[in-house]
Amino acid sequence: MSDAPLLAIRDLTVSYPAGAGAGAGAVRVVDGVSLDLAPGEFLGIVGESGSGKTQLLLSLLGLNAPGAELTGSARYRGAELIGAPERALARVRGARIGIIFQDPMTALNPYLTIGAQLTEAVRHHHRIGRREARRRALELLDAVHVPEPRERFAQHPHELSGGMRQRIVIAMTLLCEPDIVLADEPTTALDVTVQAQILALLRDLRERTRAALILVTHDLGVIAEIADRVAVMYAGRIVEQASAERLFAHASHPYTEGLRRSIVDVDGSLPVRLEGIPGNPPDPAALPPGCAFAPRCPYAFERCRIERPPLEEAAPGHTRACFHPGPLGERAP
Amino acid sequence: MWRFLAQRLLTAVPTLIIIATLAFALLHATPGGPFDSAKRIPPEIERSIEAQYHLDEPLWRQYLRYMGNLARGDLGPSYQYRDTSVNELIRAGLPVDATVGTCALLLALLLGSLFGIVAALRRDTSWDYVPMLFASLGIALPAFVVGPLLILVFAVTLHWLPSGDWRAGSVRYLILPVVALALPYTAYIARMVRGAALEVLASPFIRTARAKGLPLGTVILRHALRPILSPVVSFIGPAFAGVLTGSIIIESVFGLPGIGRYFLTGAINRDYTLVVGITVLYGALIIVCNLLADLCYAWLDPRVRLRS
Repeated sequence: MSDAPLLAIRDLTVSYPAGAGAGAGAVRVVDGVSLDLAPGEFLGIVGESGSGKTQLLLSLLGLNAPGAELTGSARYRGAELIGAPERALARVRGARIGIIFQDPMTALNPYLTIGAQLTEAVRHHHRIGRREARRRALELLDAVHVPEPRERFAQHPHELSGGMRQRIVIAMTLLCEPDIVLADEPTTALDVTVQAQILALLRDLRERTRAALILVTHDLGVIAEIADRVAVMYAGRIVEQASAERLFAHASHPYTEGLRRSIVDVDGSLPVRLEGIPGNPPDPAALPPGCAFAPRCPYAFERCRIERPPLEEAAPGHTRACFHPGPLGERAP
Repeated sequence: MWRFLAQRLLTAVPTLIIIATLAFALLHATPGGPFDSAKRIPPEIERSIEAQYHLDEPLWRQYLRYMGNLARGDLGPSYQYRDTSVNELIRAGLPVDATVGTCALLLALLLGSLFGIVAALRRDTSWDYVPMLFASLGIALPAFVVGPLLILVFAVTLHWLPSGDWRAGSVRYLILPVVALALPYTAYIARMVRGAALEVLASPFIRTARAKGLPLGTVILRHALRPILSPVVSFIGPAFAGVLTGSIIIESVFGLPGIGRYFLTGAINRDYTLVVGITVLYGALIIVCNLLADLCYAWLDPRVRLRS
């Protein structure tokens, strides 16, 4: 990547005070994450629920739940976001970095009309009048294939379907023409048929805007559709990062491999057997001492359970955090 | 909406008939009559008084006569306040209670919402603890303690305000009773609003509003206020009916000529028409205030449909 990064995340950690146990210390939900995002780049972050993906996105905008403690750095065009005062963050939120939340059923305010919610951010950030905001919003609604935008304007969220609401949310985010769009599982809460439409819409972003996208999902299939580069998260850490092509061709972390085996290929034939990853993601309050994935890893050996593997370059542009020496072959018996 | 209104008002009629019947029956079931006294009255005078008020008729006739008058909006003559009708008593007293009650509830709504929202925003800080401590006190302290305390401080010691009495249109006479009456309502609303605000402020659509980069004031006023106030509306409805018919304690502490005191004196003196009349009025006000609360609720929340 020759471009200067639009967003440079370094050693970002998000922790919450441990709940009941006094003196239990903090629970790290995001643990030392470093990522770069180039202008216009589509980055996918994949991981199971509880891997810290959502918390990572929220921390960029300072929207974590009260009590969250953030350390490390995230610079947007050189300006530090972590620990920035509310006033500075408010100028970035929506205007520079927009976010699309997972559940369009709850992300919209049930008390306000679609029109009011669509236009309020652009009116605030771009200081334009009601009429101009309405004109732009209608144009954009049309572009995201919302039928009869004028009528939608006066409606309330409960009058619309989930897919329609997510289109509204996407239009709402794009209206301010942000440099970066964060999308937190934007298709998870939707019907499968609608999922494909929303994904197609996000893919169209590239032609319509110059915005970069960070798409967070648990679904590697979604990532394959749209991302240039992929970061795989497990238990708050990035365990592998590479270009999408490389990751799908040469996954070198056992967890990535497990995720890859567990997706259904829509275009080709079904794999002989759809495999899952045995076990559950670890409780962030009780991480194992070594590699967090070791208890579920078919390749794990002695060292994995004692020492935590650092994120190292496996090939140019491809990093991974694993002690396994070579290409992943057959599973260990 | 008009169908909804019409239907609700129609169903109010049987409700009011039941209220009036029950009140009538209960009062007449109590021993004694309005003109009993320690001193013996000559029987012929007693008979003439009873005849004048139709108390010599069988009860069912008295009931039908009363209901017939009620249907025409005539609540009958008061037995205790001679030569005065219940309508006149209410017409004189209700504006006093309505003024004090409306001011008190508006004050309570304003302050309660403010303290509740601030407490929720600054959760677990002194901005939360101090108002909530006062809210607990406000709920716990009865009006017969707060009222005299206010009089002691602001009337007797500081001489800022009159200790009681009522001059129509004078704000000075309004302040202390309004504050005393508003205190428990403020406290209750503050606690209710704090709870609602904590829930609303943690909801995803507030996060969306914040993610848009809107200033906190806009997030609160435009996005959070309506959902926060929704539960308060259903509380305010019946509360409003309550304050309109007056508070016996506030009225006696501050010497207000309201109608709350008639409830007590009327019941003691078995002033049948007065007590039944005020009970029916209270019932009617509750019905109307609940209806207004429902309309308010529908106006606040677009998901609420008024269906009969």
